[in-house]
Amino acid sequence: MLGRTLREASAALKQGQITPTELCQKCLSLIKKTKFLNAYITVSEEVALKQAEESEKRYKNGQSLGDLDGIPIAVKDNFSTSGIETTCASNMLKGYVPPYNATVVQKLLDQGALLMGKTNLDEFAMGSGSTDGIFGPVKNPWSYSKQYREKKKQNPHSKSGDSDWLITGGSSGGSAAAVSAFTCYAALGSDTGGSTRNPAAHCGLVGFKPSYGLVSRHGLIPLVNSMDVPGILTRCVDDAAMVLGVLAGHDPKDSTTIRDPVNKPLVLSSLADVSKLCIGIPKEYLVPELSSEIQSLWSRAADLFESQGAKVIEVSLPHTSYSIVCYHVLCTSEVASNMARFDGLQYGHRCDIDVSTEAMYAATRREGFNDVVRGRILSGNFFLLKENYENYFVKAQKVRRLIANDFVNAFNSGVDVLLTPTTLSEAVPYLEFIKEDNRTRSAQDDIFTQAVNMAGLPAVSIPVALSNQGLPIGLQFIGRAFDDQQLLTVAKWFEKQVQFPVIQLQELMDDCSAILENEKIASVSLKQ
Amino acid sequence: MAAPVLRWGCRGRRWALACVDGGSCYRRGPPTGSTCDRIRGQSSVAQQPLHTAQKPRKGEHKWAAVVGLEIHAQISSNSKLFSGSQVHFSAPPNSLVSFFDASLPGTLPVLNRRCVEAAVMTGLALNCHINKKSLFDRKHYFYADLPAGYQITQQRLPIAVNGSLTYGISAGKERGQVIPKRVRVKQIQLEQDSGKSLHDDLRSQTLIDLNRAGVGLLEVVLEPDLSCGEEAATAVRELQLILQALGTSQANMAEGQLRVDANISVHHPGQPLGVRTEVKNLNSIRFLAKAIDYEIQRQISELENGGEILNETRSFHEKLGCTVSMRDKEAKQDYRFMPEPNLPPLLLYDATSLPTGADPQQVINIDQIRETLPELPSVTRERLVQQYGMLPEHSFTLLNEVGLLEFFQNVIKETRAEPKKVTSWVLNIFLGYLKQENLAVSESPVTPSVLAELLDLLDSRTISSSAAKQVFEELWKREGKTPGQIVSEKQLELMQDRGALEQFCYSVMKDHPQVVMDVKKGNSRAINKLIGLVRKATLNRADPAMIKEILEKQLSTFCGMCEEHARLLHRYTHGSVICSLPSHHLYLAFLSMLSPPNSPPTTVPPLFPTDRRGCVMFPSLCP
Repeated sequence: MLGRTLREASAALKQGQITPTELCQKCLSLIKKTKFLNAYITVSEEVALKQAEESEKRYKNGQSLGDLDGIPIAVKDNFSTSGIETTCASNMLKGYVPPYNATVVQKLLDQGALLMGKTNLDEFAMGSGSTDGIFGPVKNPWSYSKQYREKKKQNPHSKSGDSDWLITGGSSGGSAAAVSAFTCYAALGSDTGGSTRNPAAHCGLVGFKPSYGLVSRHGLIPLVNSMDVPGILTRCVDDAAMVLGVLAGHDPKDSTTIRDPVNKPLVLSSLADVSKLCIGIPKEYLVPELSSEIQSLWSRAADLFESQGAKVIEVSLPHTSYSIVCYHVLCTSEVASNMARFDGLQYGHRCDIDVSTEAMYAATRREGFNDVVRGRILSGNFFLLKENYENYFVKAQKVRRLIANDFVNAFNSGVDVLLTPTTLSEAVPYLEFIKEDNRTRSAQDDIFTQAVNMAGLPAVSIPVALSNQGLPIGLQFIGRAFDDQQLLTVAKWFEKQVQFPVIQLQELMDDCSAILENEKIASVSLKQ
Repeated sequence: MAAPVLRWGCRGRRWALACVDGGSCYRRGPPTGSTCDRIRGQSSVAQQPLHTAQKPRKGEHKWAAVVGLEIHAQISSNSKLFSGSQVHFSAPPNSLVSFFDASLPGTLPVLNRRCVEAAVMTGLALNCHINKKSLFDRKHYFYADLPAGYQITQQRLPIAVNGSLTYGISAGKERGQVIPKRVRVKQIQLEQDSGKSLHDDLRSQTLIDLNRAGVGLLEVVLEPDLSCGEEAATAVRELQLILQALGTSQANMAEGQLRVDANISVHHPGQPLGVRTEVKNLNSIRFLAKAIDYEIQRQISELENGGEILNETRSFHEKLGCTVSMRDKEAKQDYRFMPEPNLPPLLLYDATSLPTGADPQQVINIDQIRETLPELPSVTRERLVQQYGMLPEHSFTLLNEVGLLEFFQNVIKETRAEPKKVTSWVLNIFLGYLKQENLAVSESPVTPSVLAELLDLLDSRTISSSAAKQVFEELWKREGKTPGQIVSEKQLELMQDRGALEQFCYSVMKDHPQVVMDVKKGNSRAINKLIGLVRKATLNRADPAMIKEILEKQLSTFCGMCEEHARLLHRYTHGSVICSLPSHHLYLAFLSMLSPPNSPPTTVPPLFPTDRRGCVMFPSLCP
């Protein structure tokens, strides 16, 4: 049951094959079993069971709220949840219990979804590995998959044991791991530069970033307001569309959401024919750092479209190479601004120093934020200084416009969707990942994803195949602004063609106690 | 540099300001007032610079002051600029704080339509160009009552620009004359107010009240076209009236709804502008004028003593009456402005650009707002002068006192009395009573309809004007009586019986021959004394005009002396009779020498001999 898609589980609930409480309990027990993945920061067991109970009553009375009624979901720990601690994986917000629900959370709850818990992330979503939060790194469930382990055995050079577990990617790694390990059917991530798509690619999931302005950000603790979008992680495109149908739409509490009505429920048609489609392949995305395996998958995907009658053309997004630097300036500037509110006065961490308000601010912020956050605040403030503003921030904004225009030009030339890689490589082992600092990693890992955020476009990462190591590889589709439905329709067609294998975690399930033991030791040593 | 507080802290000093006739030029002269006693006791060294500066050096002491203002007006609205929290001045601390106001993470601003309309209205009233597209920015600084660590404001592209404010300065010479002056409005921007910090020095704590945090402000930036405290004060007062007329702000300075920062510099005319200082926290119009004049004079003295002006922020010390340098930490910082990413550009429309089929709830139409603008104070004043023939000065007074104009208009509406009479009563008597007891118009014990009734009684000559004043005094006691009741209780009705009044007049004249003679001698004022005596005799119930008329008539025939005789009497005594005899005896004696009553004199009597002292010698009667 847990291995099914959201749509299947929903059907099972409707048909009475399983009750919401049973489903909830199954997920809760799996969450416990897979605790070593560190996917969840908070497991809201009581809340989930109570919601399940209520959902069960509705089903009994034939008053189901819809497809999501009784469906276990997880939410990244940077979405405000009323009465449930929301930490952003930071000391700064440890113990902070918001008094309100983020709009997206509220919409899911209003549909009867069961909130299993809050998932792990990089501190304040700043990172691409889900390794830099105060609760420790998230482990990629694929590290324990049959597919990966068998390949590893074949490789004489690989080390044995669990110490070379893989990262999930990030920063929504907890949400990706939670869905990938079957502890829930869908999870909310956030996507500022690729934070939903990147872990989706590494964890073999569909990771969808809607158009900026389609889904409310109210209650999402911001990283970069002008780029943040709530992301959706699911096992298949239809599920993502179903969740999008619930989330999309104007929110009076978020002035950047569009007022145009959204089709609900959002049901994707099955494309029978792609011959009318034009797929664009941005030539600038072919970078030397791209792994050959992904490159070849990318070109096979293009071939697939072509062989089915679609028009596949090379397009140019000439300002791509400036994107990551531009992103860095804009991101850190907004971070510097957004983080200013964390002063220890009204909520969150406050230091013991009380000599002066200024001293209290300084110590609170030094203790509350990790190096990554502090580094970004520092750079951001530098870029915003009067003497630097024109040279950095304003220039970066201009470049952002050029980047956005690149996409507009590509779409105006007749392209319906763009096809690109999502990541440079498949997931890497944690020990490998931490050899580089967060900034370098983020700059590398966001290379294919963050330009989309600069332009506000919808994009989705679709798992395509397993690498030689037995790890998932994702490709990204980018659509026109607010043409999310068409984008998902194309993605759905593609998903059907590639038939990505289901993660085989049986071994993990059977063997989890042993892993748990090993991991306990590992995590202890890591903390020191 | 620490501010030389005591050196300049001279409360009693009055500077020689030449605001109106001297234009913007200051002459550095000796203080006209004495220095404050408290200061006099201080070190004489500290006083020294002032004295040296007072030495007149020709051509060197002509200074011009340049003053610009930044005025923050709290928008009068039910809810805050970006949140649904209510706005109330005296609510319990932190009782009007939404999640957004407290900057809970994840909350977003939602612009209040009412605040935008208020900004557009104010912009139109100040002759501004309304920007159809304006932007919001974040201004960063850390302060405990600024929970987000930034203020949302409009730095780059404000909602209104390039306007002007016309105000009037009363000129000294001609009564009632007002000289119009104009200051340019650079811009009007929408922004958030901060919370309030209460510093408990005893326990070294700061208490924060966020009720005010996020309340909408209009920042009105005036170009440095002003040149002294009075001009600044008058301009701010005019702005205050405009805001109140529009209803866009209550603009009550005592409640912090209107706050003014002043940028001040001095220079020699024709030379580049001097370094400016900013004086903050000016929370009354009086202090505004005082602070600006103080600061101008401080800068002049500083420069004349070879000192330099620092570009710094100063605050006005109300008790000492001087400006004090604020700590650098608060004064100078880089605000790291950044576009507010959570608010799309604010778009406004006019009749031509309004998209067809737009939801009226979602768009703001500038033209529509323009049509609904109420009458502005300048127009009201002009109308008052035109309609009621009052002096321009009076029209200013009527508008300057809160509620007085409405009071006046209500009286006018209900009374038959002449507008001039109403103006005089409202501005002299009514306002005088209010001032004396330090009351607001709204606190007055006398309502417009009561005053109207009183003025009707006066107008119909039912009572005299002095009786009316007496009635007013009774009304002020809040005993709930109507003017009519008071008049009948106190028997204040005017005597309508002419015959009776003639009797009163006659007996008064008889009892006061000296006064009568004064009148006869041509002392025109003496008749007033008679009138007063008659009124007193009638218990103020007689109409002075009628008394005067009767008196004049009776005087001309009194004792049968014709006007010719009176003139003769006057001539013979040279108008200055000094005699040891009671004058009426003298008079009667004189009369007896003259021709019979009512017949013209046939001969001119000889001159009476006078003694050395100029006394008329009257042989038969002299002692």
